[in-house]
Amino acid sequence: MRILTYIRHVLDAEESVQVANNTVALENSKLVMDTMDEYGVEEALRLREAGTEAEIIAVAVGPARVQEALRTALAMGVDRAIHVETDTRLDAIALSKVLAQLAQQEEATLIFSGGQQADWDSHALAAATAERLNWPQATWTSALELKGTTLTGKHDVDEGSETFTLELPAVVTTQQGLNEPRYPTLPNIMKSKKKELRKESLDQFNVAPKLNFVKAEIQVKNRLNKILDGKDAPAAAAQLIDLLRNEAKVIA
Amino acid sequence: MILVVVEYANGKVSKRTWEMVTAARELAQQKGGNTSVTALILGSNVASVAAEIARAADQVLVADLPALAHYDSEPWSAAVAQIATEGEASVVLIGGSRSGREYSPRVAVKLDAPLLEDVISLKATGGTLAAQRYTFLARVTETIEASGPVAVVTIKPGAFSPATLRAEAAEQFDVDLNLPTPRLKVTGKTAERSSRVSLVEAEIVVSGGRGVGSAEGFTQYVEALADHLGAAVGATRAIVDAGWRPYSEQVGQTGKTVQPKLYIAIGISGAVQHLSGMNKSKTIVAINRDADAPIFKIADYGIVGDVPQVIPAILAELKK
Repeated sequence: MRILTYIRHVLDAEESVQVANNTVALENSKLVMDTMDEYGVEEALRLREAGTEAEIIAVAVGPARVQEALRTALAMGVDRAIHVETDTRLDAIALSKVLAQLAQQEEATLIFSGGQQADWDSHALAAATAERLNWPQATWTSALELKGTTLTGKHDVDEGSETFTLELPAVVTTQQGLNEPRYPTLPNIMKSKKKELRKESLDQFNVAPKLNFVKAEIQVKNRLNKILDGKDAPAAAAQLIDLLRNEAKVIA
Repeated sequence: MILVVVEYANGKVSKRTWEMVTAARELAQQKGGNTSVTALILGSNVASVAAEIARAADQVLVADLPALAHYDSEPWSAAVAQIATEGEASVVLIGGSRSGREYSPRVAVKLDAPLLEDVISLKATGGTLAAQRYTFLARVTETIEASGPVAVVTIKPGAFSPATLRAEAAEQFDVDLNLPTPRLKVTGKTAERSSRVSLVEAEIVVSGGRGVGSAEGFTQYVEALADHLGAAVGATRAIVDAGWRPYSEQVGQTGKTVQPKLYIAIGISGAVQHLSGMNKSKTIVAINRDADAPIFKIADYGIVGDVPQVIPAILAELKK
């Protein structure tokens, strides 16, 4: 079987966000593979290590820099990578058209994607891709096991969690807690340099953005920052309660 | 028509549905003419939900079917897309819940429509729909636009005020649907159980992190303060992973997003993933021993001190 892991190249969560010219400026910031997607790469590798015969392909769509994230996936152990190059920012509904076509071209039967994008905070790519392919989906998984073409696992729902089973093909979203992604080892980094990283043009996918991104801004809510010294705990507590009651008026 | 897909729990309309009704009424007004607000209820034995929402919508469509007894993205998206198409909806509003976020993309693809996710504001001008939403783990506010005959929108909980009820009830109609069978088979459920108020709907949230010391410390400090204030209880990813608290209480990127009037963070340093789930709270209070903890940067009030000394002092003060 073939597994696609969709990966994104995003601002490191520890970096501060800069906005310039109505858009988020990434030029001088540290960028990494979206951690939510990293769990998908790791899970694909684990399914193979648990006995599933699979070719694992990492896919990324975006400008030339996203190849860095693909290189990381190759060094973690995926077999090959596909980079669909574009400088156009695609919303999830448009992007799902690219991913669905790639899944068909590669005859993949399992797609992994992170539960939430660390940059656009979107949850939509996996479900939109599943819909285009007419596949089922399992979102926010926290445990997975594959036997033949039967996928069982556990995932989070509105009020709690569920165990489930479904037949491949399927789209699955991943999150923290599913596994602990491995660090690429030096020999694997060396080996990955010889692996195939295929470049594709976005043109062949016949896709147009569904959303127009007008502007980005940082709206800082001014906080009062009244921080008290707690060495004298009863005095600090009395002062805090007084502020909450009489200044903020948030407690009775 | 503006279509609102009603979210409910235990036979009662959820707070976020009332917020969606407000968003729908504003859109209907902006679009003008005789744009109506239509509520759609999907489920089984939902008569009480229908009666409740009828006091807020112009029209109520009810799909009360055994096949809809349990949520699944495939029948849900098929149902919403069918109703939106038949009613020529110009905007479909879906809740920003885990399930809403999960099936709304399918609806958008079925309708060949744009999807505006987790919006905090909406404005219809002519054929263009503009919205604001948070990005970069809720650190950036982005303005987006879509045009076309129909758009699918999920509404961020807490962004709109709940709608007021009318005296008279709108007419209800039963609808017939052509539904696919879910392919994801649910084999077991772990429900969230809590005697406290719902975390996402609470006016006050008291949360704890590693700084509470242990699972016992959480009960002693966080739960005690929450109970005194009639608040919901929240937790950080770190202590959920450590098994001190259930996942249902997790606040942050991979947990719940809350926007209460008052958020009290106890022993929480303030990782960006946690902050993204609570940084829109109206008033934030932090109690932490480390004066350099990032949580203090977004706090309105705070005490730098040891949790085991400060929280009992606060409780004593409240009981005076």
